[in-house]
Formats: sequence, structure tokens, C-alpha cells
Amino acid sequence: MSTVADNILGAPPGISPKPSQPPLRAPSPSSGAPRAAGAQPATAPDFKAAKAAQGVWWAGLAAAVAWAGLALLTGLWPNKPAGFSEWAFTEEFAWGAGGVSALLLALTVLARPLAAVVRRVRAAGPWLVAIAVGLAVWEVFTAKLGTLPPPFFAPPQSLVEVYATDWPRLLESAGASIRLLALGIAIGAAAGFVTGVLIGWSRQASYWIHPVLRILGPVPTTALLPVSFYFFPSSWSTAIFLIALGTAFPVAILTWSGVAGVHKNFYDVARTMGASPWFLVLRVAIPAALPQVFVGLFMGLGAAFSTLVVAEMLGVKAGLGWYLTWAQGWAAYPNMYAALIVMALLFSGVITLLFVLRDRVLSWQKGVVKW
Amino acid sequence: MVSSATIPEVSTAARVTGARIDVRNVSHWFDLPAGPLHVIDELDLSIAPGEFVALLGPSGCGKSTLLRLVAGLEPATTGELLQDGAPITQPDPSRIVVFQDPTLFPWRTVWDNVALGLQARGILKSQRHRVDEALALVGLQDFAKAFPHQLSGGMAQRVALARALVNDPTLLVLDEPLGKLDSLTRLSMQTELVQLWQRAGFSALLVTHDVEEALFMAQRVVVFSDRPARVKQVLVNDLPYPRHRGDPRLAALRHEALALLGLDASW
Repeated sequence: MSTVADNILGAPPGISPKPSQPPLRAPSPSSGAPRAAGAQPATAPDFKAAKAAQGVWWAGLAAAVAWAGLALLTGLWPNKPAGFSEWAFTEEFAWGAGGVSALLLALTVLARPLAAVVRRVRAAGPWLVAIAVGLAVWEVFTAKLGTLPPPFFAPPQSLVEVYATDWPRLLESAGASIRLLALGIAIGAAAGFVTGVLIGWSRQASYWIHPVLRILGPVPTTALLPVSFYFFPSSWSTAIFLIALGTAFPVAILTWSGVAGVHKNFYDVARTMGASPWFLVLRVAIPAALPQVFVGLFMGLGAAFSTLVVAEMLGVKAGLGWYLTWAQGWAAYPNMYAALIVMALLFSGVITLLFVLRDRVLSWQKGVVKW
Repeated sequence: MVSSATIPEVSTAARVTGARIDVRNVSHWFDLPAGPLHVIDELDLSIAPGEFVALLGPSGCGKSTLLRLVAGLEPATTGELLQDGAPITQPDPSRIVVFQDPTLFPWRTVWDNVALGLQARGILKSQRHRVDEALALVGLQDFAKAFPHQLSGGMAQRVALARALVNDPTLLVLDEPLGKLDSLTRLSMQTELVQLWQRAGFSALLVTHDVEEALFMAQRVVVFSDRPARVKQVLVNDLPYPRHRGDPRLAALRHEALALLGLDASW
């Protein structure tokens, strides 16, 4: 079962980039011998250690130089006067970049005693260089040259300022968003899953629910916002409802297709062995459909995120979406960028969590069981 | 574990009494959009307790359909099927089917796959040892924790066999169980299956389109006509077990079977 969506899920960018790992799969499937657990993984660290031991970490050295350059550029090149006042936290930002540089230098010089750490960050070397270069370009075009003018564009140090001074409000907003998301997604995933199993299993349920799903499902939940604000006692419960709805639709559809797509022979095997209908649902249909359910959840998260942000912008008086509109209202663009970054990290974190869960639950799908 | 009050359950390796199966005047149609398709025509067939019967016929002649009827997975359109005199109306753990594909559940380990039948009947907790015994019977006790995708075709089919045998079936229904294996594995599995059958004592009903396989394994080979399936001839192979593949009697029977299937020109 390798659908397109499955393939997307199969290669989460942030989760399994382990290029330094040797292929653990048995060379030929026809040889049939499953790898003795414990025997194979033992070879992996040796291999990695051998690889880590070879030579200097050049990318790390380059990264240290790049961050040092960023520090010097920020600290020594005076900011262009921006009309109102001097950009705060310029010095702190320079010192911070210098700190990163020193850390990277230490890692490259003390590669031997810090081998464990180096092994973990080694692959990130080129990215560390790129980030420093990117920050430097950003710094130059905003604070130093003013090519990108304030207030719409803000230099990196202004984000540092926001995080340093406004963190309680950001934290509170992030907390409110997480609460909404968690509740909405949990309710939506559960409802979608049950609905999907129902229509996948029962002809009756399919007859009644499927047309409703088909008509209402594709409607973006954000379009229902204005209506729902009337029906629910608070904007908060509206948001929960809509996030749940947005999550439930793809989960229901994909769970349904998963359950409906289970090979008939699986049922036959279980039936000849005396399985009850309940057994067929819980022990055959649902486990067989789980890969699809996770694809549905992945799609549902996207819907949940956009619903969350729009709901917070329009009605809910808390959360990162609310922070965004609030910051925009005050023309506090650095705050907006800062909140956007928090939002990006939060949402990608949620997706990472889903992938981790998926890899755990569906470990049987892989040639390699990771631990 | 020292409780003497509980009598240990009959182990998997223990002998069971094979089921007697009677197929009486069975006809079957498939209800297809293009109109009804007649697959089985007034078929009569009996399997004695502990007998090994093979069904041989051209592909698409309705052999596998007959198996599904015997297993109770589908009701026959007309006629009746009996197990030890009682009508077969639904699937039952005493009649287990082994399919051409091992159809192991990929999300379960080998052990959990074999445990399926006991779990389905809610007796796994007290009968865990039977799973281990069934695995040992097919020589896969070391692979209990492996997942199906880690097994070769032959091993997977042996797991499917263990999953069937753990239920102590009185009838083992084999739907081309070796059809997808390579020829060497196939030969060794034929011998293995016969040994299991001899040891356990169940009745066996094998569908195959491999003439040699049918004659090597079964005591009686029922040759079917083209669809709708009718019994063309019954070949009796009374050679004792273990059999030898080079036996002239097998060669003679093989010639006869191929002639019945219209394939003797190349012999």
C-alpha cells in the first residue's frame, strides 16, 4: 500500500535523516532469516564511531568562522540610524553569535573528548554555516544598510528584544494555542476515527453518513466561523468545534478507505478461526487501516492549524493568532515575526510528534525497527 | 503451575480424530452483473475421517469455490455440506483454511499471528503453550518475535500452517498452499505437510493444479472437469507413506491424470 500520501509520510524530513547509519536490512529478503535482534545494531555505533573519528570536522570549523563573522559584523559595524532610536540588543546579539562561534570552535578542537556531541551535530554542519550567512545578510540589509526599511522589516536583534522582553505574553499565547489545538485535535481525531470505522464497516452507517461527509467535508472550516460564533456559547468553544471538524474530515475519509481496503482474505482467515464481528473490527480492520489513519491525521493537522490561527485572529482573545493581529494593530512588526517563528516551531513540533508516534505504532511496517 | 486440578489441554502435536465431510448434490452459482455463473454442478464428494483428498482441475473450474463452501465461508446455492453429519452453515475453528498467500497479519509478530485463533476464541491466556508448540511443530520457534515481512515465502507459509494447526483442526483445507513457493521449497514442504498430517490425524482437503503434488501427497485425487465443476474421475493412490517421487506407480497415475486433463500429448 504505497499511496502518494503514504510516501509523504514515509519520509518525514525532520525525523529520519540518518545518513551515517549503515543499511541494517538483510541483504536479500529471500534468504529469509530475520536479523537477530541486538546483533545488528551493535555494528552501527562502531561504524559511526569510525566515521566520526576520521579527520577534522571542516564544516564545523567553517560554521565557527561564519558565526564569528556574524558577531563581528553585528558588533563593529554601526547601525544605520532608524529615525526613532537605536536598535536595542544589538550588542547582545553580537555576543550571542560570538558564543555560538566559540562553542562550535570548541567542538571542532575538542572533537575527541566531545565525540558523542560531535557525532550528533556533525550532519548539521552545512546548515550551521548557512544559518550564520543568512542572519548576516538579514542583519546587513536591515540594521546596517537600511535597504529594507523599518517598521515593516526588523533586524534579527529586534527579535531577540521581543523574546527577551515580551516572553511572558508569547508564552501565554503559545500555551493558549496549544490548549486549543490539543483539545480540538483530540476530539476531532477520535470522532473522525470512529466515523471512519463506522462507515467503513457498516452499510447502514455508510448510507447515512457518507453523503453528509461528502457535502460538508470539503467546506473549509474557516468558512463556518462566522456562523458558528452564533451557535456556541463562547468563541473558545467555537474554535474547539471547528478545529475538531477540520481534523475529523480527513481522518474519517482515510480511516474509512483504510477499513474498506482491508484484504478480504484477512477477514476470511480470522473468520475460519472463530473470530466474532468485534474481533474482526478491533483486531483486523483497525490495525490494517492504521497506516491510512496516520495519513489522515497528518492531513487533519494542516486543517487544524489554519483553523486555529484564523479562529484566534477573528474571535478568540488568546493564542498566537491573536498575538499576530494584536502586534499588527500596534505596528509591532518585530513581535509579529517573533510570534510567527514560535508558531512555525510549535506546528512543526506537533507534526514531528505525530511522526514519532507513527513510527512507534507502525514499527512493523519498516524493515528496520528503530530504537 | 503445580495445580493438579487443571488437566493439561491436548497439545497441538496430539492426534485428533479427522472430520468426515460429505458434499451432497451441491450446485453453486455466482451472481455476476453479466448473469449467473454456474461454477459447481451437482457435486457429490466424501472425505473419510483422517483421509487426504486432493482436488485437481483446470484453473477457474471452481475448486477454490468448493473449498470456501466446505470451510463455511459461503453457503452453497443448492445441496448440502455435512461435517460429521451436521450441516456446515458458518466458519468454524475445526475447519481451518490455509490460503495460497500466507495472509499473515503484517502488524503482528509470528507468535501473535499463530496465536490468532486462540485469541479469537478467547482462550489464549490459558493456552499460550499451544502457540509455542505449534511454532515448534513447523520449526520456527526461533522466529517467534519476527515480523512477517522479515520471513521468506516458505517460512511465511509455515507460519500460516502453524496458525492453522494451533486450533487442532479436524479438517485442514489447503487452497494451493504451495502455489507461490519456489520449486525446491515446494518439494520439502510437501513432505513436511504429509508428515504433519500423519502425526496429527486431521482430514485434509488439498486444492492444487500441480498433478505431481496431488498424487504425491493425497490418497485420493479427484479430477474435475471444466467449469461448472463436475467430478471427472477419482484416482486412488494407495501407495504407503513415505512415498518416493520416482515410484513407477506415481508415474502411471500422473499419465492418467494428465490424460484426463487433456494434456497427455506431450507425455
